[in-house]
Formats: sequence, C-alpha cells, structure tokens
Amino acid sequence: MNLLLIAFDSEDAVTCAAFGQSSNHPFDILQLTGLPATNLGAGKVISLDLPSLPPADYFAAALKPIAESYDRVAAVSSMRGKDALPRLAGLLDWPMISDITEIVDEKTFIRPILAGSILTKVQLNHPKAFLTFRPAGFPAPNLAGESSVESVSPGWKGTSKRLSESLSEGGRPDLATAKVVVSGGRPLKDAETFENLVGGLADALGGAVGATRAAVDSGIAANELQVGQTGKIVAPDLYIAAGISGSTQHMAGIKDSKIIVAINIDGDAPIFDIADYGLVADLFDALPELTQKLQK
Amino acid sequence: MKILVPIKRVIDPYAKVKPLDDGTGLNLSGVKFEINPFDEIAVEEAVRQKEKNPEIQIIVVSIGGPESEEQLRKALAMGADEALHVETTDQLDPSIVAKELTAVVKEQNPTVILLGKQATDNDNNQTAQMLAAQLEWPQATFASKIEFNDGKANVTRETDTGEEVLAIPLPCVITTDLRLNEPRFIPLPGIIKARSKPLTKLERQTSDQPRVEVLSYTAPPTRSAGKKVATVDELIAELKSKGALA
Ligand SMILES: Cc1cc2nc3c(=O)[nH]c(=O)nc-3n(C[C@H](O)[C@H](O)[C@H](O)COP(=O)(O)OP(=O)(O)OC[C@H]3O[C@@H](n4cnc5c(N)ncnc54)[C@H](O)[C@@H]3O)c2cc1C
Ligand SMILES: Nc1ncnc2c1ncn2[C@@H]1O[C@H](COP(=O)(O)O)[C@@H](O)[C@H]1O
Repeated sequence: MNLLLIAFDSEDAVTCAAFGQSSNHPFDILQLTGLPATNLGAGKVISLDLPSLPPADYFAAALKPIAESYDRVAAVSSMRGKDALPRLAGLLDWPMISDITEIVDEKTFIRPILAGSILTKVQLNHPKAFLTFRPAGFPAPNLAGESSVESVSPGWKGTSKRLSESLSEGGRPDLATAKVVVSGGRPLKDAETFENLVGGLADALGGAVGATRAAVDSGIAANELQVGQTGKIVAPDLYIAAGISGSTQHMAGIKDSKIIVAINIDGDAPIFDIADYGLVADLFDALPELTQKLQK
Repeated sequence: MKILVPIKRVIDPYAKVKPLDDGTGLNLSGVKFEINPFDEIAVEEAVRQKEKNPEIQIIVVSIGGPESEEQLRKALAMGADEALHVETTDQLDPSIVAKELTAVVKEQNPTVILLGKQATDNDNNQTAQMLAAQLEWPQATFASKIEFNDGKANVTRETDTGEEVLAIPLPCVITTDLRLNEPRFIPLPGIIKARSKPLTKLERQTSDQPRVEVLSYTAPPTRSAGKKVATVDELIAELKSKGALA
C-alpha cells in the first residue's frame, strides 16, 4: 500500500504528514508550492516549486501520471483540496472518500454525513482511491529523517484563466489549524463592530477569527471566515462563540474543539447544550470586558 | 444556450436524523425531503440568467427513485423548462452519478452544467468535478457570482483565502455556493401549474456498482452541556484552571 499526499504549500505538508504517519503506510509528499518539507517522514518529496497554485483543470491533467502509480492519494479537505482532488479522481476513474476523520484500516474509514449528525463507517471495494481528511483527527507528525527531494516539471494543460485572486491577509493564524478561535454571529451589526469586538478578543488571545453563515451573509464578516458544514471545520483548544445560536450546521464545524465557550444573551440558546462554559450576557458588554482583562 | 441543472432529492437539512438502533441505516420516519439547497440555488441561478437572456433553455435532471419527481416538479415551478428523471432505486455514489450525467450530456448537449457544490445528505462534494473531468470541460466550483459573455463564463469563486475570478470557456461545469443567490419562494398554485411542463423518464445508461460501501451508521459522541458562569471574571478563572488561558 503506497500513499501520495498532496500538499498545496509547506504548512499543508505538515498536516499531510500527520495523516501519512497515522496511516502507518509508507508515503510520499507532492508539494506544489514552497520549500520542500523534508523532515516529516516522507519517502520522498516531489517538489513542483510553483509560484502559485494552478486552476483545477491544469492541476488534474498535470498530476494524473504521477498519481496513477500510487494506491491512495490524499489531501486535506480544504476548498482547494475539494476543488482539485475529485477532478483527478474523475480522470483516473477511481472512487473517492471525502472528509475522513479516522482511519480504521487501509480499506475502512470513518466520515461524518448530514452536517456531522451521523458518523458512517465506509469501506472501499476498489484497489485504488482518492481521500480527503480533516486535520483534527490526526495528531501532529513526528519530525523524522531527511527525505529525498525530486523536482518535477509536469506538462501543464488547461483552458481556465485566473483573472484575479485575494490572498490571506496574514497577521492572524490560519482558521483551520489555529489553537484559539473566536467567532461571532448575526448580532454583531456591522463589519467594524465585528472586527473590533471579535477581532479584538482574537488578537488578545493570539487566535483566529471565525463567523457564522448568518454573519457572513449579512456582510458583517468575510466569507472565508465561515465555520460549519459548508464552511471551514475547526478544532482549536479553545473556541469562543459570541452571539451564535448553535445551529446544527454551525456545530458541525466546531464539535472537535477541546473547550467551547458560549456567550449569548438568551439562556436557552442551543449552543449552551454543547458549550463547556456558558456565559449568559450581552456580548457588547462581555467581549470588551474579556478583551480588556486578557490584554493585561 | 442550454443550461443543465442536476438536482438531488435529500433529507430536509433542518431535520434531526438519528441512526437505526442496529446501525444499518437511518431512521427516516417522519422526515421530509427537499431539493438539495445548493441545487435549488443552481435552479434559481439558471432562471435568473434566463430572465436576462430569454434564449436560455433550462433542463433539470435527477437520478433517483420515483419520489424525486416531486423535486423535479418544484424546479419546473421555479422556472425550468423541462425535466428528465433517470428513475432508479439503485445505490449510487458520486462517480456513478457523474457517469449517468455524462450520458445525459451526450444526448442533450448543454453549454453549461450547473450543479450544487455538495449534496447536504452525504456531503461528498465530488460529482461536479468528476463530471467535468470525464467531459474534459473546465470547471469553476463554489461560485458566488456568474457572468456569461463572449463564449466564456466569468465566475467569482470562494476560496480558502477569500475569492478569485476564473474565466473559463464554454462548455463548462459550475458549482454553486450559498452566497450565489437566494432562491425564490414558490406558492403551491405555481407547483400545480408546472404540471403541464414536460417531464421525461429515462433509464440508467451504466451498470456500475458503488465502490464505496457504508458498513454502519452511528450517532457521533455528544458533547454535554457544561457549566454556566455568572461573570467574565469567573469565566477567566475557569479557563485558567483548565490551562486554556495563560
Ligand atoms: C445548507 C445549509 C448550510 C449551512 N451552512 C452553515 C455553515 O457552514 N455555518 C453556519 O454558521 N451556518 C450555516 N447554515 C446556517 C445555519 O442554519 C444558521 O442559520 C446560522 O448558523 C445562524 O447563525 P447565527 O448563530 O449567527 O444567527 P442566529 O441563529 O440568528 O443566532 C444569533 C444568536 O445571537 C444571540 N444574541 C442576540 N443578541 C445578542 C447579544 N447582544 N449578546 C449576546 N448574544 C446575542 C441570540 O440569542 C441568538 O442565539 C447553513 C444552512 C443551510 C440550510
Ligand atoms: N442523484 C443525483 N441526481 C442528480 N444530481 C445529483 C445527484 N447526486 C448529486 N447530484 C449533483 O451533484 C452535486 C454534488 O453532489 P455530491 O458530490 O454528492 O455532494 C449535487 O449538488 C447535485 O447537483
């Protein structure tokens, strides 16, 4: 059983190695951008060293000949993984399993369905497969050895053209892997209030900022901050939810957090049913007070 | 220009679904079914494009049991011109759906295939990309804005870091994200009126079996309600005692 992990950048390579090491299979890492990560226990690192990520049609056509020689090809289930991997699976006509949270054995995996309200155990009835996985289920990799680096320049073929792209602003940690996440919901009124109150607390804690769909839809928060079934899945040590009711779809994205704190004015809000600590309070008072006391 | 919109009948996304006691399936008694929310957005988008360009023809297609007719009728009521129903009670997976859709595409020759980014029952997020690969058409997933001009589609896509705009030549495959639009409300008479629109039954064109099999369904471990704290100071003290705050 050999495994190829597709890492979009160096940070991604670490998350990939976590999955690779958990699988107990020998694995190689194919890294699209950034310095090749050679201390993660991979057999080899196939480095493409691209200036930026190609659109999915280029990606799939170029990686097909490399992927073909492996039994399993896996990537993190980020937006880019979800965009590109199934296209490659379609080209090779292999089955695919999305959003794996646990490896049972080489053919059997656990994955959630229905916004995380059900866990399924699924089995592959085919020798080859594509997989995407959620980072939370796989512990940080041991640093090991020195992998060899193979530089490749595949043939690029496609018809999509990227006209513009927004890149992460940096400054705050990546939402999907942050240790602390502070999220805000609908009551935060406007973008400025959201940034001041939710962003302010996140900065005091060195954490990332998240939001509900309701907050994103009403233009209070940027779309890449949406946490939940159809947004990002997070699993920080500390998740603070302010003004969030606790819909199934939002909960789907935060269930694996170690400690969940809910701040809500309504003592009966469903979020309190799963929060480790609940503060029934007006967030317009509680968030500034918390920020001020934690900054000291 | 012809837009093909594949739609799936799914469990109501707001239903609380439990596994059967023996884990062999889901307890669906009393559970309602709907058009997959992302597919409803796809139908809405096609209808809005048609409102701008009356030459557009919208065909909706669903692969599934006899009940899927209900969702196809709703899509017709929203403004689709014609419905196709590949009627089958077989177990499906995204790769089979993509192959069946490829067969429909060969018959119908659409210019654009507009799908949901994911079906909210299985949360797979695979079908459109597999279909695009098989057809060797360009793809733009997670669309929050779509404009057609000059034989291409300019699609604003949601990415991990924000947005990007992709220009892709037609024919192409596009998937919808939540912010693309808000589907219109269809009053009951509209659904009844749509009964006169054509709905054609088709047979499956491939005989593939699913290559991913579900062995069991279980409820995830539940988190239980923790402690209510009265003040911010108490909250800070609790978090410090748990080592969650320095
Ligand atoms: C297909 C589908 C996919 C979805 N995907 C997602 C997803 O990925 N992520 C997601 O988040 N949602 C998702 N949703 C939406 C989801 O169902 C909810 O509508 C949404 O999560 C609600 O957001 P909210 O908690 O901010 O708003 P609300 O439900 O309106 O809750 C606001 C809360 O704030 C409290 N509040 C009000 N004022 C104050 C105050 N001054 N101080 C403190 N508390 C206050 C209220 O008591 C209330 O509990 C999806 C829905 C569908 C149908
Ligand atoms: N049985 C089906 N019939 C028609 N379209 C489907 C079917 N299953 C999936 N689709 C389409 O594929 C999209 C993605 O589904 P999935 O890959 O299963 O998450 C859906 O939003 C639909 O547009």
